[in-house]
Amino acid sequence: MKDTTGTILAVVSAVLVATALVLVFLWAPLEMTMKEVQRIFYFHVAVDWVGFLAFFVTLVSSILYLRTAARKWDIVALSSVEIGALFLTLGAMTGSLWARPVWNTWWTWDARLTTVAITWLVYLAYLMLRGAIDDPQRQARFSAVYGIVSFVTVPLTFASVFFLRTIHPALFAASTAAQGRMQFDTGLGSAKMGMTLTFCVIAFTVVYVTLLRMRIKLERTADRVARLQQELVG
Amino acid sequence: MTYLRKIAAIIAKDIAAELRTREMLSSMGVFSILVIIVFNFALELTERQIIETTVPGALWVTIIFAGMLGLNRSLAVELDKGCLDGLLLTPVDRSAIFFGKAFGNALFMLIVEVILVPLFVVFFNVPLVQPWVIVIVVLGTLGFAGVGTLLSSMAVNTRAREVMLPILLFPVAMPMLIAAVKATSGAMMGFPVSDWQQWLSLLIVFDVILITVSVMVFDYVVEE
Repeated sequence: MKDTTGTILAVVSAVLVATALVLVFLWAPLEMTMKEVQRIFYFHVAVDWVGFLAFFVTLVSSILYLRTAARKWDIVALSSVEIGALFLTLGAMTGSLWARPVWNTWWTWDARLTTVAITWLVYLAYLMLRGAIDDPQRQARFSAVYGIVSFVTVPLTFASVFFLRTIHPALFAASTAAQGRMQFDTGLGSAKMGMTLTFCVIAFTVVYVTLLRMRIKLERTADRVARLQQELVG
Repeated sequence: MTYLRKIAAIIAKDIAAELRTREMLSSMGVFSILVIIVFNFALELTERQIIETTVPGALWVTIIFAGMLGLNRSLAVELDKGCLDGLLLTPVDRSAIFFGKAFGNALFMLIVEVILVPLFVVFFNVPLVQPWVIVIVVLGTLGFAGVGTLLSSMAVNTRAREVMLPILLFPVAMPMLIAAVKATSGAMMGFPVSDWQQWLSLLIVFDVILITVSVMVFDYVVEE
């Protein structure tokens, strides 16, 4: 079986990420106070964005699963959670690498970091829940319910910037504490930085779509193998 | 029977069962006292300043630990004796069953809190018995019991059973708990309401969202 769309997606992702690397390291200007360390920010924002996008996709497919009881939506929800968990982990890692020189610590119990940690735990709980149920239909139903209920933690992550004092740099302004705010308003540098960031976000979103598609295919193949096995045995 | 009477009937059933065994309330009560003692040693709650900053958090941790015991028990008992099937066969709306179980669980938690909050006052000499703190405690308990009832009816149906509930419930309840702790802290210290009103609002918002979503999806958890 040839999967043309899959191949195209994979190639596009590779090209986009390679271009993003060039933009981040060669094209984007050096930040004034943080110097080279700041460059990780482009990846950090992009992977964390995917981390939350994945959660949203899970929410939507969970709702669709409960409405239609179609296995395909369960597969999308599961695949998205797995990828989301991976990207949130990457987000925490890139954040730590940046925080060590800038905040002088790997981790701090800042509002933003705490709420992201909660979201990460939700992903883990979702996967553990799936692992603890044998009956496939119940597994799908319960995971869909949990995918919907646990989504309430996500708005808080964004609200936290407004409600809690945070030292985390704010992209979506309206933050009172701006100690660590990125120097976006530095003449020529600003536009290039903004464009690099936008490009990175798009590149990683395409990577997400590619991975999601692959993971869905994998799960479908697993289903087929299970079916064939049953036919042979039973 | 009206909708409210159906809910009341389910609560009455839980109360009757509890009055005969006294399993849940006694274990929740004793467990809470143990947690208070552990906190006292672990956090060195002797200095005024430490007490004031840690007591709201300690209070809520005790509440949710005790609540967790009750939630696990409440649904496990129904499942073990086949009562859940019976309950589902009764000609009432599924949401009435949810509200009955959730309010029952909230009621048991509130009874424990009636003992727990004065104990905190006695042990740590903090002004917890005041209108706003009570409002916050009731609000937090309702939300916790609401989403807890939903998740515990899922947890009892998994292989890990009781172990699953904290893993599912803690991350989901965490935002609400943070709001509850912050609001309790503000109310306890006697700060003007406007200072911590945002936390109270957040708590109410989470209550409404969590309970609404729980009612909406409860049907899918109990259907077979």
